Amino acid sequence: MPDLAELWSPIRLTLILATVTTLVLLIVATPVAWWLARSGARWKEAVAAVVALPLVLPPTVLGFYLLILLGPDGPGGWIASLGGARSLAFTFTGLVIGSVVYSLPFVVQPIRNAFEAMGERPLEVAATLRAGPWDAFWSVAVPLARRGFLTGAMLGFAHTMGEFGVILMIGGNIPGETRVLSIAIYDYVETLRWTEAHLLAGGMVVFAFAVILAMLVLEKRVGRARP
Amino acid sequence: MRPTAHPLSTLAVFLLLLGAAPAALAGEVRVAVAANFTDAAKEIGTAFDAATDHTAVFSFASTGQLFTQIAGGAPFDVFLAADRARPQRAIDDGLADPDSRFTYAQGRLALYSREPGLVTGPDVLDRTDLGRLAIANPETAPYGAAAVQVLANLGKRERFDDHLVRGANIAQTFQFVATGNARLGFVAASQIAGHEDGSRWMVPDQLHTPIAQDAVLLKAAADQSAARAFLAFLKGPQAAEVLDKYGYAPGG
Amino acid sequence: MSRFLDAGDVINARFSGTVGGFALDVAFTAPMQGITALFGPSGSGKTTMLRAVAGLARLAGRLTIGDEVWQDDATGIHQPAHRRAVGYVFQEASLFPHLSVRRNLLYGARRVGSGDTVVGFDEAVSLLGLERLLERGPERLSGGERQRVAIGRALLSAPKLLLMDEPLSALDEASRAEILATFERLHAALPIPTLYVSHDLAEVARLADRLVVLSAGRVVAEGDVGPIMERLDLEPATGRFEAGVVLTATVTGQDDAYQLTRLGVAGQPISIPRIAVAPGEQVRLRIRARDVALATRPPEGISIRNRLAGHIVEIVALDTAPYAEILIEIADGVRLRSRVTRESVDDLGLTLGTPVFALVKTISFDGR
Repeated sequence: MPDLAELWSPIRLTLILATVTTLVLLIVATPVAWWLARSGARWKEAVAAVVALPLVLPPTVLGFYLLILLGPDGPGGWIASLGGARSLAFTFTGLVIGSVVYSLPFVVQPIRNAFEAMGERPLEVAATLRAGPWDAFWSVAVPLARRGFLTGAMLGFAHTMGEFGVILMIGGNIPGETRVLSIAIYDYVETLRWTEAHLLAGGMVVFAFAVILAMLVLEKRVGRARP
Repeated sequence: MRPTAHPLSTLAVFLLLLGAAPAALAGEVRVAVAANFTDAAKEIGTAFDAATDHTAVFSFASTGQLFTQIAGGAPFDVFLAADRARPQRAIDDGLADPDSRFTYAQGRLALYSREPGLVTGPDVLDRTDLGRLAIANPETAPYGAAAVQVLANLGKRERFDDHLVRGANIAQTFQFVATGNARLGFVAASQIAGHEDGSRWMVPDQLHTPIAQDAVLLKAAADQSAARAFLAFLKGPQAAEVLDKYGYAPGG
Repeated sequence: MSRFLDAGDVINARFSGTVGGFALDVAFTAPMQGITALFGPSGSGKTTMLRAVAGLARLAGRLTIGDEVWQDDATGIHQPAHRRAVGYVFQEASLFPHLSVRRNLLYGARRVGSGDTVVGFDEAVSLLGLERLLERGPERLSGGERQRVAIGRALLSAPKLLLMDEPLSALDEASRAEILATFERLHAALPIPTLYVSHDLAEVARLADRLVVLSAGRVVAEGDVGPIMERLDLEPATGRFEAGVVLTATVTGQDDAYQLTRLGVAGQPISIPRIAVAPGEQVRLRIRARDVALATRPPEGISIRNRLAGHIVEIVALDTAPYAEILIEIADGVRLRSRVTRESVDDLGLTLGTPVFALVKTISFDGR
């Protein structure tokens, strides 16, 4: 009989990680997407390419650079030293940072597309109706781009749930702190504990299906609905 | 107009035929080598080429991947694994010659930090300012299992129970230490052989069961004599020199 | 309208810059009342001007609305769009698709102080006939309904100035008529000065009090609608400008038998196909120069009934063109324009002061 508490720990950790990561992603991705959608800067696409890099780079490359950036030789180590630690690697915070970098393109792209599809006109209308830029952003741009936000949030959440390579490189496999679902499954498979592996992997499959289905259904509904 | 064969297409057909022809030219031995043994294998290969009429050609990958390829019919003559289990499995599956199996090298463990002067001996493990200690995952990696044995034999196992970070393999464990994310870790001696930076303590072999790496002759070998010559060379004094240089103990 | 307007009572605009490949350099003055049309062909810079007034486009220059300075490069003032009390009606209604009609209408209203309003919500709704649309989404409105909501939304944002950018051009014929009627109702009910961009002369003649004619980024004429439309030198400048005049006439009676409406222009009678306007009311007529022929004696045996007696006050004839443009005064300040060949001018011996009969083939009724 598999130890349920042992199984639950990585599930719980992964859900918390995905939730926190998604919230941080929305906060980080929105201004980036806004700038990419509206700036006239010539080097804009260069920035877009940097944001999109995690789509192409193997997770091991990202993980390797993150390991250096989070460690005592990088900014992460400096931040960690404020709290008396030597590195952000092997910490939950480190995982959040890694996951945000890794999933950023999945969130930026749909939001950017939504902002671009909206065009300049609604914001001009809002301005002539006395809405300042911040006001217009919240009362017009965000509601009009809500489909992009929803897609981005779901993709970011799901992508973080399934993340493996980066976490393998920077997590250190610490139970309850960095031993997420995908790592736990990997360990169970490697050590031939297939019952546990089946339970978690099967659960992942069901979960992934549910997320994608929910996304498709919600997208349709949100696209139609007018609050 | 009469169709004529383009000269380039003739060349292409010729190259195709060349590629399809049996690749094993006389005196070539194709060796599947566990990734951790890469540098040592290359140096042994150079010496082997010089000392014999034969040539050694290497493929490097993780032991598990190599085993999967061999089981799938990959054209290798010799398998140098990083453990004992996979060569045994190859014999059990009828892929390898049972009489040929031997331990060609034994891995050594080192306690390593990139900070000079930090590691002077096992006493460093008594310090309270170490943070997390990096080891390979003891459940999947032989070096990790050995590291846990060392901690147990030194009586430090409980102290580090909640202060371990586990690399998925020994290469990753080395990355944790080399990038400074972990101040200290048990790595393979082969990983720090050839340079003197940081500080290290070479763990005595008696503190853990041997980390044996076995070799076997594969039944699919096209040129048995070249393959056997390579295995013989691996047991010889020239190979032993290279093993020592790269931080391995010779096989027992 | 007074020619000498008090500085505190006018819109004063001066803009320059490069827009889409041509240099724009425009200055005009508009009163703080009535409708001023910015008229000219596509690409003449009208819309850019309007956007600069709203603060949506940045041009160099200076803009004052009454005693408020909205832009003054000399002192570094440039009010952002959301600080300018304009109501902007775009070509396409551009309603917020995520808001109901009611919430679209209230979007601007909620963002201005209640003391500033020029029209209340209920009044605007009834003026624009939106009562039954309030809870609908914009996607369930016709083109004309959408534009009415857009106008209401602009009005409710307490504008000191209404800006309309070809608000009819995206609409079908029926909706245009509907919105034109709405404009006239609003114009009568609300004293908000309006800048109205259009390239449609009929629209301008019907709605505008004042005209600023733009061509290739310059003002080529500016003034009250009547006199400007009489100006002879506009045609080459505006290209699409169809030379003609706008006259004010009084309805004198209806002829049910012939289905005609009888009118008086400066005391002379004319008839047009029947329109539903009561006797005594004034209407605006537009008469194109090419629809006016000239005779030196009262003609006989001719089907054209509308003939107005007057005398020639101006002849413009270029050696390079077959036609001459002739201005005929039929009463003090009431003028017609005629386009005849130069050959006719010579044959008939037309000169300044020659008494003539203007024979008018077609008259367009432009509105009340």
